[in-house]
Amino acid sequence: MSILVYTENWDGKFKKFSFELVSYAASIAKQTGSTVTALSIGNVTDSELQKLSNYGTNKVLKITDDRFNSLDNKAMSKAIVAAAKAEGAKMIILAHNNLGKALAPRVAVRLQAGLETGVVALPVSFDPFIVKKKVFTGKAFAEVKINANIKVITLAQNSFEPVELRHSETIEAFNPQMADSDFTTTVKETNKVTGKVLLTDAEIVVSGGRGMKSGDNWGGLEEMADLLSAGMACSRPVSDEGWRSHTEHVGQTGKIIAPNLYMAFGISGAIQHLGGVSSSKVIVAVNKDKEAPIFEVADYGIVGDVFMVIPQMIEAIKEMKS
Amino acid sequence: MKILVLISNVPDTTTKIRFKSDNTAFDDAGVQWIINPWDELALTRAVELKETGGVSLITVANVGNASTEPTLRKALAVGADDAIRIDVEARDAFEVATQLASVAKDYDLIMAGIEASDYNGSAVGGMLAELLDIASVSSVSGINIENGQLLFNREIDGGSQVLSVTTPVVAIVQKGIAKEPRIPAMRGIMMARKKELKVTAPVSAEDRTSFVRFELPPKKAACKMVAEDNAKELVRLLHEEAKVL
Repeated sequence: MSILVYTENWDGKFKKFSFELVSYAASIAKQTGSTVTALSIGNVTDSELQKLSNYGTNKVLKITDDRFNSLDNKAMSKAIVAAAKAEGAKMIILAHNNLGKALAPRVAVRLQAGLETGVVALPVSFDPFIVKKKVFTGKAFAEVKINANIKVITLAQNSFEPVELRHSETIEAFNPQMADSDFTTTVKETNKVTGKVLLTDAEIVVSGGRGMKSGDNWGGLEEMADLLSAGMACSRPVSDEGWRSHTEHVGQTGKIIAPNLYMAFGISGAIQHLGGVSSSKVIVAVNKDKEAPIFEVADYGIVGDVFMVIPQMIEAIKEMKS
Repeated sequence: MKILVLISNVPDTTTKIRFKSDNTAFDDAGVQWIINPWDELALTRAVELKETGGVSLITVANVGNASTEPTLRKALAVGADDAIRIDVEARDAFEVATQLASVAKDYDLIMAGIEASDYNGSAVGGMLAELLDIASVSSVSGINIENGQLLFNREIDGGSQVLSVTTPVVAIVQKGIAKEPRIPAMRGIMMARKKELKVTAPVSAEDRTSFVRFELPPKKAACKMVAEDNAKELVRLLHEEAKVL
């Protein structure tokens, strides 16, 4: 059998998450005697595509049709289905991110497959096929059985460490039959913020809450984020007050993130906030209230004034970097 | 334009999560049920669009047994015109999407929240679009109607886009779609009692997944505390001990 991995690119480049997906697939392939095919859609150079083979692909299929640039969900899922059929794939793996979540359900329906999203580890068993995922926004785990011959899963970020494994480097052009009516989306305008680290794939995230007292007090956190190439986040009250953009809100109803390091300044840690950050590897909390629930999930903490702690940390980080 | 908003009935987001029957089922004793927070934002935006004109009907639909009706009544009180409850337990995303597909055909815009806050599936909206063979757009953080045409704001990595799409379309919406969920006013609550809540029989649908067991996350080790005037030590620990800096 074969496993198909959809490897999204970001402006023509792959990220660690892409290699996590391929490596995860390679690990399943090893256990089940399968091969791994990666599918790339978009303008990606062959030398970039070859990076995938460092993590265990047997073959890479590439689609370079510009019509896919609109990230049309209907067209892209049709292309993934075509690749799955061409490869006889019994398992299709996508990223549990914006695009993966948009495409996987469509792919599963079209292939009459069973879908499980947000998987956090290698399958618990293959027969029956059982995977583990988070439920209740990180407040619990569930083991879920997929009752269908073909399985589609989305893998959560940072849940599988990429392992180098070199196979061949076959790269083939793939041209699925597409009709114009498959492309349903027209992009009228694109606004990109450049030079900022994306919150959802930042390895380090610096975050502020109500304890920052006003939108004018963010200079220190921004400096720290710059020094660490970190993403900037905030709690819900901060985005509700308009101190920061809602795109920075992390929590149950905002973005759900899983960086290596999450540093919360002046965030008490309401259960809804923790739902969005509890998958972080290491959590640091700085809060003046020693009873704040954030300390129950934090690995390191300081009870104190954020405005006293932030400048000291910036100094220490500068020293560490020099 | 007719809008269908998909409503998931979920435990209040502050619920303490417990399991029963040897950890094979969610323990719903004493749980307060609410409209899934993202669905509530979707509904709020639908109502705003209707108020500014161009929308003739807002229907809300839910798959669930009679115990979910208070949630649908609340959606009616927020401003939906009518409600449909498909009378079967929601067990699996494909089963739910199949049920919804049986009532979703006459709408121009179908709105679904990015995920339900209970089982975090992120699946029903996309599945429904594929079952109906129509467009879907995910990560939608804004919807406007201009000259009778739908315009979506879609969040992409590092920015946003304005899109036009073919209709009918499923919009899978997230934070930003509405500022705050609308709280039903007394008048809305009174009117909701008179609005139609149609109960329809389920179609035959297959479950493609089933829960085997649940577990709570392992308890975290105690938080290592550092003194307020020694933040330098915190940075050292993150660098040398945790190795994350």
